[in-house]
Amino acid sequence: MKPNLRRREVVKTLLSNRKNLLVVAGLGSTSWDITAAGDSSLSFPSWGAMGQAAMTGLGLALAQPKRRVLVITGDGEMLMGMGALATIGVQQPPNLTVVVIDNERYGETGMQATHTAYGVDLAAVARACKFKEAKEIRTLDEVERLRELVHTFSGPLFADVKVIEEKLPLVLPPNDGVALKDRFRRALLGELGAGEVNLPRTPS
Amino acid sequence: MQPRHDWPGEVYRELVAANVRLVGYVPDAGQKRLIELCQADKNMRAVPLTTEEEGIGLAAGAWLGGMRSALLMQSSGVGNIINALGMVKVCRLPLFILVTMRGEKGEFNPWQVPMGEATARVLETMGVAVRQAGEPETVAAHARAALRIAFQAQGAEAVLVAQKVIGIKSFQEQANQ
Repeated sequence: MKPNLRRREVVKTLLSNRKNLLVVAGLGSTSWDITAAGDSSLSFPSWGAMGQAAMTGLGLALAQPKRRVLVITGDGEMLMGMGALATIGVQQPPNLTVVVIDNERYGETGMQATHTAYGVDLAAVARACKFKEAKEIRTLDEVERLRELVHTFSGPLFADVKVIEEKLPLVLPPNDGVALKDRFRRALLGELGAGEVNLPRTPS
Repeated sequence: MQPRHDWPGEVYRELVAANVRLVGYVPDAGQKRLIELCQADKNMRAVPLTTEEEGIGLAAGAWLGGMRSALLMQSSGVGNIINALGMVKVCRLPLFILVTMRGEKGEFNPWQVPMGEATARVLETMGVAVRQAGEPETVAAHARAALRIAFQAQGAEAVLVAQKVIGIKSFQEQANQ
């Protein structure tokens, strides 16, 4: 069954009315997708560290248990750090959702097929790794439902959204890593956030 | 086998004093006691990783969320984090890694030697400051200095605990740990 969802529409839907949602995007197309949907200080788009998006989301979810955290990444990026699904499964963060925008291609390098093009099922992997729910999504109605679950579901939650293979205009976020980090911390933690919030318990 | 000097207990107390709340690790026999101390602390979350590389994302996310973290790994694991360290450098993320060394004097497994020999240079090449703790009495002081720079100056710091501090020389001794 060929997908008919388009990645930018999927991501825009997921991020609509995002409230206080904290968002991490993986290296490549998903970082451009979240930027096309509207850049935010509470978004952390990755320009490197392929394979680390889900783990960055886990660290954030554990540090901010009262906030909802959404990782949006690609199939190639998720495959590179697939062990993260097992690590998340062990930690069981209820506030974390990992969404893979799955075009079955390495979109930044010439559209070579990824493992998912050969039938590797990331949702099944996530399920086997003890995610509370993990599903493959092919319709916009399901994406709308997923958007609600991102804000309410007691996770960890996983979704693999099958999208068409398409080359889109780049919509680039800022690429200064320090600025991305500082704006995120300032927006989340307040002015002190650019420096430090958790002061040492005893003087060292 | 208890270490002669309780450096793991001292390092644990430094982590507590620095308000480290999250500890990612891939186990090493030399860090068994430190891992157990972190696991037993209700104010700390000890997170087992499938590969050390995951620890870099974990530390990055924790810092974005305002939490201090530490990573524990064996020297072999340093080889697994190289590319991810690019994010630490470009985002100037605080990073504290405690590395127990293999492949040094007394190593019984020759396959541990190449990465052990390269560990310090690999870290330095990727912008991580290296502190070599060659004696059990010095580990905690190095850890304290590294934690301070990591979290107060957003530095990337690694403390390398020499194999002679760990003192594992054979499979038999490792089995008895």
